[in-house]
Amino acid sequence: MSKLQLLTKGLIKENPTFVLLLGMCPTLGTTTSAINGLGMGVATLFVLTLSNMAISLIKNVVPGKVRIPAFIVVIASFVTVVQLLMEAYLPDLYATLGVFIPLIVVNCIILGRAEAFASKNNVIDSALDGLGIGLGFTMSLTILGAVREMLGSGSIFGLKFVTGDAMLVFVLAPGAFIALGYLLVIFNKLTAKLR
Amino acid sequence: MEYFIIIIGSIFVNNIVLAQFLGICPFLGVSTKVSTSAGMGAAVTFVMAIASIAAYLIQYFVLVPLHIEYMQTITFILVIAALVQMVEIILKKVSPALYQALGIFLPLITTNCAVLGVAILLVQKEYNLAESVVYAVSTAIGFTLALVLFAGLRERLELENLPKAMKGIPIALITAGILAMAFMGFSGLVRM
Amino acid sequence: MESSLKNMVLTLLTITLVTSAVVGLVYQVTEEPIAEAKMAQVTGAIAQVLPAFDNNPADLKQTQMVEGKEVIIYPALNGTDTVGYAIETFSNNGFGGMIKLMVGFLPDGTIYKVETLSHSETPGLGDKMERKKSNFSVQFEGKNPASFKLSVKKDGGDVDAITASTISSRAFTDAVDRAYKVFQSLNQKGGESHE
Repeated sequence: MSKLQLLTKGLIKENPTFVLLLGMCPTLGTTTSAINGLGMGVATLFVLTLSNMAISLIKNVVPGKVRIPAFIVVIASFVTVVQLLMEAYLPDLYATLGVFIPLIVVNCIILGRAEAFASKNNVIDSALDGLGIGLGFTMSLTILGAVREMLGSGSIFGLKFVTGDAMLVFVLAPGAFIALGYLLVIFNKLTAKLR
Repeated sequence: MEYFIIIIGSIFVNNIVLAQFLGICPFLGVSTKVSTSAGMGAAVTFVMAIASIAAYLIQYFVLVPLHIEYMQTITFILVIAALVQMVEIILKKVSPALYQALGIFLPLITTNCAVLGVAILLVQKEYNLAESVVYAVSTAIGFTLALVLFAGLRERLELENLPKAMKGIPIALITAGILAMAFMGFSGLVRM
Repeated sequence: MESSLKNMVLTLLTITLVTSAVVGLVYQVTEEPIAEAKMAQVTGAIAQVLPAFDNNPADLKQTQMVEGKEVIIYPALNGTDTVGYAIETFSNNGFGGMIKLMVGFLPDGTIYKVETLSHSETPGLGDKMERKKSNFSVQFEGKNPASFKLSVKKDGGDVDAITASTISSRAFTDAVDRAYKVFQSLNQKGGESHE
């Protein structure tokens, strides 16, 4: 796989949200607006890239049986770093994303990439893989956030284009499931044609 | 009265899966059969109850006295992972029958964000020990309820003739949306 | 690497040591910005809930313990005149647990404005207590709790509850009431110490 493929596969072919269906909790929980989706995506991208690099670096010195606990410690540390940085420099976003920031630890995408890719490949490829998958995740979250914000609040990235109330249900819990469900249908339709 | 609010609130109104979006992976992954959903629910209830006590003790007897609250995420996830392992080993020795029933679900629980979520939330909500346990158990009951109800719906969906693009997860998500909408009706429940 | 007990313990120990050192370092770096960000939120809220003042109310802050938790009083001055008191108050009876508010009182006890600091109420329902989400909190403005009964109408008070969120409304009112009691105790103790 070429370096460029590594970087772009997460967008469509191995999109973590629409194809692999991983990391559903933050996908549904934080996408009440486009900017929240983007923030969560970038936070995950950051952790994913760094943990992929770190794990690729230590892969040869960690004994097989304690592989998973070692990876979890590494991932949890990067999550805490992101958490502290966000609390310090982006307090509003930190407050909105709330419990989903520490929960990046248990996002299956991250441990999944560590196991499936970073523990078998070199540092540069692992970094590109993390970036690629992270970009795909960020893109899906931003799209889902944008759709929900447009339908639910009548605005996009905070800019209101509908006066008064929109379909509030799309900002609430049921709308998250329904919007993601229909986005998946559209994604399946489009990619079916491509194939 | 306060316990009552916590119980009703966490089972129905702020249902962990349908309103708070935690534990979605097992919700979508395991809930194809009612029987497996019930098993998963029982295992989660068991682990959550123990994890909530552990989380409470660690937070207020280790992290706070040492002023290292920022290590919360790391310690909680490690403790939960260790706890799940321990439960598995003990269960295997003490009650092979129960292990047979719950065993295959246990490893899945470590990465179930609902467990870590509850541990973090009970600290955030500043609950005391008794409230924490009540909160954890009723949250787990809410999780089980959502899983079992959803499995019932999906067993029927299997038999439906659907457009190809909708099969599987997409229709499951849309169904979950409708179920979540039904659960929103509970928010009027606690008026008193 | 082979998994002997010795090297398993050693690697895990090394990894935990290194990662906790990194996290500790980041904590040291972010400690101050986090405190500043929190302070900025508090001072911002004080400015929101009181008319213009020219001191730094945080310098004069006093705390009172109520039900085992701190209620913080921020006196705001304009020159030597007391403009009012911003009181950081709480209620533990919210639907999602803790609710924290900043309530601004004029010297005669009239509520100037109320700002929500933090809460975890249901999105779309209880979160209407936030000023930007509904007019619920506006009804407190200009009311003096001496004549305006601080409990929801269902309990025989004067507060219009948020539709379908009586518990959240009740908790919000409870927090305001707690602030008012602290404000009263302030006057009885001869809170004119700033004159």
